[in-house]
Amino acid sequence: MRGVVKRFGAVAAVDGLELEVPAGLCYGLLGPNGAGKSTTMRILTGQAVADGGSIDVLGHRLPAESKVVRARMGVCPQESNLDVDLGVRDVLDVFARLYRVRSDERGAAVDRALALAGLGARAGDRAVTLSGGMQRRLLIARALIHEPELVLLDEPTVGLDPQVRQELWSLILSLRDRGATVLMSTHYIEEAERLADRVAIMSKGRVVAEGTPAELILAHAGREVVDVYASAAQLSELRELAGAAGLPTRRSGPALTYLHAESLDGRVPAGERRSANLEDVFVHLTGDYVE
Amino acid sequence: MTPVRPGRIEAPALVAVWIREWTVFRYYWRTRTFAAIVEPVITLLAFGFGFGKLVSHVEGIPYIQFVGTGAVATAVLFSAVFSAMFDALYKRRYQRVYDAMLAAPVDVDEIVTGESLFLGVRAGIYGVAPLLVAFAFGLKPEPAMVLVPVIGVLTGIGFAALGMWFAAMVSTYDGFSYVISGVITPLFLVAGTFFPLTRMPEWLRSLAQLNPLYHCVELVRHCAFGLDPAADLVHVGALCAFALVAWRLAVWRTRARLVL
Repeated sequence: MRGVVKRFGAVAAVDGLELEVPAGLCYGLLGPNGAGKSTTMRILTGQAVADGGSIDVLGHRLPAESKVVRARMGVCPQESNLDVDLGVRDVLDVFARLYRVRSDERGAAVDRALALAGLGARAGDRAVTLSGGMQRRLLIARALIHEPELVLLDEPTVGLDPQVRQELWSLILSLRDRGATVLMSTHYIEEAERLADRVAIMSKGRVVAEGTPAELILAHAGREVVDVYASAAQLSELRELAGAAGLPTRRSGPALTYLHAESLDGRVPAGERRSANLEDVFVHLTGDYVE
Repeated sequence: MTPVRPGRIEAPALVAVWIREWTVFRYYWRTRTFAAIVEPVITLLAFGFGFGKLVSHVEGIPYIQFVGTGAVATAVLFSAVFSAMFDALYKRRYQRVYDAMLAAPVDVDEIVTGESLFLGVRAGIYGVAPLLVAFAFGLKPEPAMVLVPVIGVLTGIGFAALGMWFAAMVSTYDGFSYVISGVITPLFLVAGTFFPLTRMPEWLRSLAQLNPLYHCVELVRHCAFGLDPAADLVHVGALCAFALVAWRLAVWRTRARLVL
């Protein structure tokens, strides 16, 4: 994606986006709500048409050749859009047809997707009777019915229990290990840190940093950081002082975190020293407010 | 995987949309069929027996047979337009299954076309019910009546597309109040189903020419009581034109809703 712009009225949801996803990786699109992640996903599926810039996916230009791309791409949306009234097997069978899986391969494709999602025992039940985690697995299985080369996952684990998230994470990694390219948007930092080979951090419709999680941490937060706990008033004061002294900081709830602490000897107030992480980078680059 | 050709309506996509509709229908055929058949039959019996006591013949036809042939159009209208309106809004707004379908190699025009065709065929089949009831009340089977389901399908496709267009113009089920009261009820009443339009004022008869349902009613009656080739070609032409316009409007508005 080069210089992609998408406006809704006066608001630019995507504003000069540059994004290159290498094949075969799990690529994380990390950003706060409203950063433009979902709009980016919609542009990639042809459900939003960019106002400017150029988009190439799997060697095809969008939106003109979107349909060809969609045949080779699987999409798991943020909010469930299952045919919940249908049986689990029927949901998969219908999408095997929509994805044009050949008729002699369709039964096997449905069985494979059921096994992948661990839903074989529920194949005859209506989708509406599945738990939230199972519905999400069915959504992912539906996206994989045609063995796509590229899988788009929009906030794949939002609103799920920790146990279910772990399960989905291993499912997502198994996709990459089979050779598919995974593009996953998330606002969970932990998710990006655990799964993504590379991460693009988005803010206000554009990519503000890109690299492996380790590269991003080293470049934007350093090796170590120091958390200084104090009252809100003191923290504001400290932050102003740090700003004046040119020390990079970020707010982290009840503390002020000094980044690149390893190279700031003597200039950082006493606090808790720890390894820098992706959250430090994320908050530093996208602003103080994180959900 | 079968090859994909962008920019055109492709048979594999239409078939897939059709199969999805059929799969969903398999779960709901009892309720849908009950509603689609029982309602026009009750209307027919109520008018046939109620008015039948006051009016024995209309244009030389026993009143219940007059209404029975007219009620075919009503059955087609209700089955097609209401299913299309409520299903399309549900699928777009509440279940969001259109978003899921559009992530596959299926375009908006294929969804609208496939669903209109499915609902049209279904409405055409349901539309035969009032005719069967009319047989029980002495309507004589005629060879031309085999055309009735075909007329029903053609009319049904138009009204299904019209329903999808309406669905694309509203944001909630509430929004349907306007089209139900303002469009569908007048279409239903001024189609010559329950009373002949020949005695109506000139302006109303001219207006009825614009009502697709009127053309359907006329065609069905002609199948039962004698074809009038020149007039019937005009009626078929009118139904085709209506289906074409409704289909384009439905595609246009639905795309505006689904592709941002």
